[in-house]
Parts: sequence; C-alpha cells; structure tokens
Amino acid sequence: MKRIPLVALLLCLFFVACEREERRFREMPAAAGRRNTERLTSLVPGPYTADIKVDNPYGYNAYAISEGKRLFTWYNCQGCHGNGGGGMGPPLMDARWRYGADPEQIFATIVEGRPNGMPSFRGKIPEYQVWQLVAYVQSLSGNVPKDAAGGRQDNMQVRKQEQALPDLEPEREAAPQQ
Amino acid sequence: MTTAGRGIQSALEPAGMQAEKIADLWQFFLVVCTVVYVLVIIFLLAALFRRRPEIVPKAVSPRVRKAVIAATGLTVITLFALLTASIFTSRGIADVPDRAIQIAVMGRQWWWQVEYDDRDKSKRVTTANEITIPVGVPVTLHLRSSDVIHSFWVPNLHGKRDLIPGKNATTLTIRADRPGVYRGQCAEFCGYQHANMALWVTALPMAEYAKWLEDARKPSKIPSTAEERKGQDVFMNSPCPLCHTIQGTPANGKTGPDLTHFASRRSIAAGSYPNNRGYLGGWILDAQHLKPGAYMPSIMLEQGELQPLIAYLESLR
Repeated sequence: MKRIPLVALLLCLFFVACEREERRFREMPAAAGRRNTERLTSLVPGPYTADIKVDNPYGYNAYAISEGKRLFTWYNCQGCHGNGGGGMGPPLMDARWRYGADPEQIFATIVEGRPNGMPSFRGKIPEYQVWQLVAYVQSLSGNVPKDAAGGRQDNMQVRKQEQALPDLEPEREAAPQQ
Repeated sequence: MTTAGRGIQSALEPAGMQAEKIADLWQFFLVVCTVVYVLVIIFLLAALFRRRPEIVPKAVSPRVRKAVIAATGLTVITLFALLTASIFTSRGIADVPDRAIQIAVMGRQWWWQVEYDDRDKSKRVTTANEITIPVGVPVTLHLRSSDVIHSFWVPNLHGKRDLIPGKNATTLTIRADRPGVYRGQCAEFCGYQHANMALWVTALPMAEYAKWLEDARKPSKIPSTAEERKGQDVFMNSPCPLCHTIQGTPANGKTGPDLTHFASRRSIAAGSYPNNRGYLGGWILDAQHLKPGAYMPSIMLEQGELQPLIAYLESLR
C-alpha cells in the first residue's frame, strides 16, 4: 500500500515525458516534404526506387494537432472545406482522397495546390505549420492515434470532435474532370 | 511599498480621476486597518502580561460586559465606515459623463487589439498594444476577448476589468488627468505568455491627440527607397500578410496585429521587447525563441531578404 503514491508519481513522470504532450515551439522539421513531394511526371532519371515514406513529425503530438486545428481556421481552410464536412472544397472527414492520404501527399496538396481550386500555400505557411495542418487533416478521418486527436470544439459543435470520429481506411477517389 | 509606488505602472501614483479615488480608498483602508491591527496587538499583549490567577468566574462582571459591548460596537462602526467609503468610491468612479470617446479593445493570446470606432468606416483606426487617449476626456473602452479570459489593468488609470470570451463587451471608462505614458498588463492568467501581455496607454493633450488620430487614419507610407520596395515585396510574398494587415496594401490578414503604423510603436510582441532593428530581426526570424508559444511563427527567409524587410517595416511610421 505504501508504494502506491510512489508508483503514481512515477507514472505521472512517465506521462509527462510522453511524446503526445510535448510542446515543440522551435522545431523546424527536416525538409522531408521537399524531397518526397509528388512529382508532376512519373519519369525519373537514374535507377528506380520507391519513395521513402515520410512520417509526419507531428502525427502523435496533441499540441501540434490542436495547433493545426487553430491554423485551419486562421489560414481560412474552413472557408472552402467547412469544418471538415466540405463546401466549395471537398470534405476532409470522409474516407475518399483525391490526391492521396499519406502525410507527404497531404503536405504536397497544401504546399503545391491542386487543380480545380486548391491554392498553393508555398512560401505562405512556415513548413512546420504545414505539418501541423497535415496532422489535423489526418485527425479528421481518424488517421492519428485517438489519444492525441482533438477532444473539444471552441465553436458550435457541428460534428463530433476528432477523438470520436471513426478511423476510416483511405480510399482513392478520381479527381473531377474540368 | 515605497519602491512599488514609483513609476509608470503603479496604483499608488494615480494619473486619472478613477485611479485617484481608488488610491484614496486604499490609503483610508490602510490607515484604518493599521490602527485596528496595532490596537488588537496591544490588547493581546496586555492580556498576556497581565495574567490573573485561573479562577472561573461564576458570572461575567459588568465591567467586562461593557468592554465587550463597546468593542463589538466599535468593530461594527469601523466596518460600516469602510463599507460606506467603498460604496462612495465605486459610485464616484462610475460617475462619468456619457459623451466619451469609444475604443474597442480585444484581448488575444498574447496581445491587445485596439480599434477606434467611427461611423465613417474609412476613419476607423486599428492598432495594437498601444492606446492613445486625450487628457481630461473620459474614454470608454469596450473590452472583448477572442479566446480566453483576460483582464485589462492599467494601474495608474483604473482598476481591473475582465474580458470575457463569447460575451458582450465589458466596459471600462478611464480619464487620464495628466499627460504621460502608462503601462498596463493582463491581470488574469491567460496561458503560456500571460506575463508578456503588456500594453501602453499614452495620454496626450487634446490638440496632439487630434493630430495623432489624423495621422493614424492615413494608410501606410508608400516605400520610397529601392530597399524598402524590395522589403515590401518580401513581406507580400512571405507568410506575413496571411495574418497581418497593412492599410493601403493587399495585406489584410486579421489574426495578427495591424502593422499600418508599426514603426511608431514603442515595443514589439505586446510590450515584450523594444521596437528596434535588432529585436525586430530576431522576432521575425525566431519569434519562438523570444516568446515561446506565441502565435507568431519563426519565419524562414532567403538570404538577403531580412534587411530590406526590416527597412520596410521601419518605414511604416
């Protein structure tokens, strides 16, 4: 019985140290996005190798995901995508992805833009904030660990909070023809 | 207390009618409470030193009864005196004329947005972390918050007033009676950089205030040198305009401080650092070092872009 407080204290220390809670204010993630952004052509000189998969540096960080949620409003993403349900732009909380659900593909979508209206934010959003946005977009279809996804809304609740959204298996959807 | 009473951020050096009444009330409370405290201690010591043999009295003697009644009566009278003084101070503070200048103040993590309203939209002025007011004229501040509860406190001018998010504006009417610069701070814990959420109130004679307002209404200065022109291009092509507005240019972001007359301000990052070339460069490149957690991101610039950008920002008088 005497050991319970000690164990509890150690557990607390364990959780304090966990990546989920870390607030990395000054991090500049490696330029992972640059090398692996999608190419406009599939022709590549030299030997063929599969692209190296990039992990979102913020994929399991509650603070970064909540920052992504704030930036989603501040950079007016919700102006077209609504609160994830879509509007002028496609919904982000369903399973269908026109340009890929991998972190580097979402990164490329934000930085390079896409046909039919997605603007290019190249040079307009610092890279680490793009990764935070990527983490938030992933959380909208349950593709980040549940315990790191957002659990509250500041505005009127129009959908379930990200924690409660179903974990959807990404499906490919053809981009609309102009 | 004597050292705390010096300077630009002190409730004991009132510069306005309300702060003066609050300071008077505080002095009154201090005197009364000191007298009471000294009396209590004297009687306590007397009781200790004039100890009597321990006999339990059968009945309270008339002398003791009288003393207790007198002490109770005196306590009640003293408390009522304090209450009355407090009520009269509150009423005196609230007693300001209707025709006042209206300024909207929005508390944001972690800075203050200041808007001078006008029926004519082209005459509205938006600035940040600095409020300029005329001397001797009541100014009504409409206090709102965009995120969490903040509290507006400029000790030289008035008491505290909370800014509540999702609620109609709370109001605070201040009147500065002598010209000067007074510092204020957020007085309600509001997050990581609460301690660095300061603001300045500048009280100017009416004529100077009118001149200031006229200047503030103008759009930003057009860059005049090649370097400033390059700096403006850097500004427009970097993340800056997504959050900041510069009147007279395409930059119209609404989430960061308005920079139209940025160079005329005393400080950057809500009173955290002086507004000079060195700190400004550091703030642009690595805001997260100077104010960790603030919503100003650290900006990556190409070589040769920083100096023109600073030159442009410093030209925005």
